[in-house]
Amino acid sequence: MTVMMASRVQGGIFTLMVVRIGDPYDPTLNRELEEQVARSPGFFAEAPVVLDLKDCLGCTAVADFTALKQLLSRHRLIPVGVQNASTLQMRAAKAVDLAPFNGAQSHARRAAVEPAPPAVERAPRAPAEPRVAAASRPRLVTQPVRSGTQIYVRGGDLIVVAPVSAGAELIADGHIHVYGTLRGRAIAGAAGDRDARIFAHRFEPELVSVAGRYLVSDAIEPEHLNREAQVALIDDRLTILPGWSRS
Amino acid sequence: MGKVIVVTSGKGGVGKTTTSAAFAAGLALRGHKTVVIDFDVGLRNLDLVMGCERRVVFDFINVINGDANLNQALIRDKRIDNLYIFPTSQTRDKDALKREGVERVMTELKKDFEYIVCDSPAGIEHGALTALYHADAAIIVTNPEVSSVRDSDRIIGLLASKSRRAEKREKPVEEHLLLTRYSPERVQRGEMLSVEDVREILSVPLLGIIPESETVLKASNTGMPVILDAQSPAGRAYDDAVARFAGEQREMRFALPERRGFLRGWFGRAAS
Ligand SMILES: Nc1ncnc2c1ncn2[C@@H]1O[C@H](COP(=O)(O)OP(=O)(O)OP(=O)(O)O)[C@@H](O)[C@H]1O
Ligand SMILES: [Mg+2]
Repeated sequence: MTVMMASRVQGGIFTLMVVRIGDPYDPTLNRELEEQVARSPGFFAEAPVVLDLKDCLGCTAVADFTALKQLLSRHRLIPVGVQNASTLQMRAAKAVDLAPFNGAQSHARRAAVEPAPPAVERAPRAPAEPRVAAASRPRLVTQPVRSGTQIYVRGGDLIVVAPVSAGAELIADGHIHVYGTLRGRAIAGAAGDRDARIFAHRFEPELVSVAGRYLVSDAIEPEHLNREAQVALIDDRLTILPGWSRS
Repeated sequence: MGKVIVVTSGKGGVGKTTTSAAFAAGLALRGHKTVVIDFDVGLRNLDLVMGCERRVVFDFINVINGDANLNQALIRDKRIDNLYIFPTSQTRDKDALKREGVERVMTELKKDFEYIVCDSPAGIEHGALTALYHADAAIIVTNPEVSSVRDSDRIIGLLASKSRRAEKREKPVEEHLLLTRYSPERVQRGEMLSVEDVREILSVPLLGIIPESETVLKASNTGMPVILDAQSPAGRAYDDAVARFAGEQREMRFALPERRGFLRGWFGRAAS
């Protein structure tokens, strides 16, 4: 998935939040955003977001997108693109510098805030330095993480002392620890930290990823499954280590 | 104040309506004033399973819209004292479940009834979310197969995030797992997940195991909650589950294949 291009342009996988837009002028949108952001202000501050237009019939004029951009920026969110846009919507979105994202996966998802499929960021100027996550408090989760739920710890580690179901998604800019069975997805080093690792008490994941490199469950040797394991980037290869070995 | 029990699953056809009817009847038989509400607007199966389809005049949607009051719409069960059925509309769709209207009806019912059993529609859309919103307790109906377990998991997540209790940051909704259409023979052959598999994946306390049984279809065709059929293994399993819900201890039966002949009777008694 990582695309190598001319030396100054490098690829990287980023997790983006998706904001679903129904009627862009619906006042409840403003309220919902306010509530979401208020719940975890650090998480949403200056976060890039993709607008999902699947349920939006309007938004065919440039003015609609200008209004939406203003609304989002009031909540300190930075719209970077749109997905599930019609041709007309896409034309208007491009006029205000919103990029098209492929949202095929998002149809199945339902949460109000959800991850976009990994997107390739183009960095036309400086070669992309891996962004090292700023230290922040780790997040502790004590309840089972159910299918359809996503937890994202921006700038920190995620520790789960409960099972993580298939269909659930853990994302952290730092490490991910699961002291239970990991059946869902775990994406560590989401902002590019190559030293991030994933630890699971019982390892049966759908997908694991560190700093943009990923393995789907099909690609994981069965010998690693149903037991303790950790996942690390070693010599640029995503490697599964049995148990808690150090290298 | 009455307790609201939602019977929910995510996946369709797993036995929610059968369970709602059995639980409502079982709770009423234990002397609790109980009403069972059909949230599956547009399909209306509950009144058939309860055998009162020919007595429906007004329905849930009429009451939500203020076209009728509760007393006009509630149907009193002919066999069981304390049991009332609140049918739904067949001509409307789930969008007719207006939030304020449902809220008002639930508040009123909670004043009058000890238990309010809500038969949820399948899916995770408006109808199912409306049914689970008011829940104090949830019976998560699950069949021993991967897709049903996955959907139940999703519903449990929604109970924890989208219910009124979650919204108001009150004590979380009580969760009970009910494994239905369980066939120990098929589990042994590896065609179905075992009780342990499902418990391990969902990590929710197990309320009961209802075996796959032909008597369920027969009961619903004659409009009789299967719990009233003492000959039916499913009926007895529902009785156990209701007893556990009410706080009684009962041995978990029906997890193992049935024995044959006289041993079968012996085993059933020994285990109960
Ligand atoms: N324990 C059982 N043994 C055999 N058949 C059963 C059992 N439980 C339910 N069934 C049958 O499965 C079918 C579906 O049951 P039911 O209508 O209760 O499911 P539901 O979850 O309410 O479905 P829907 O999602 O469509 O509302 C019915 O035909 C019913 O008779
Ligand atoms: Mg039903």
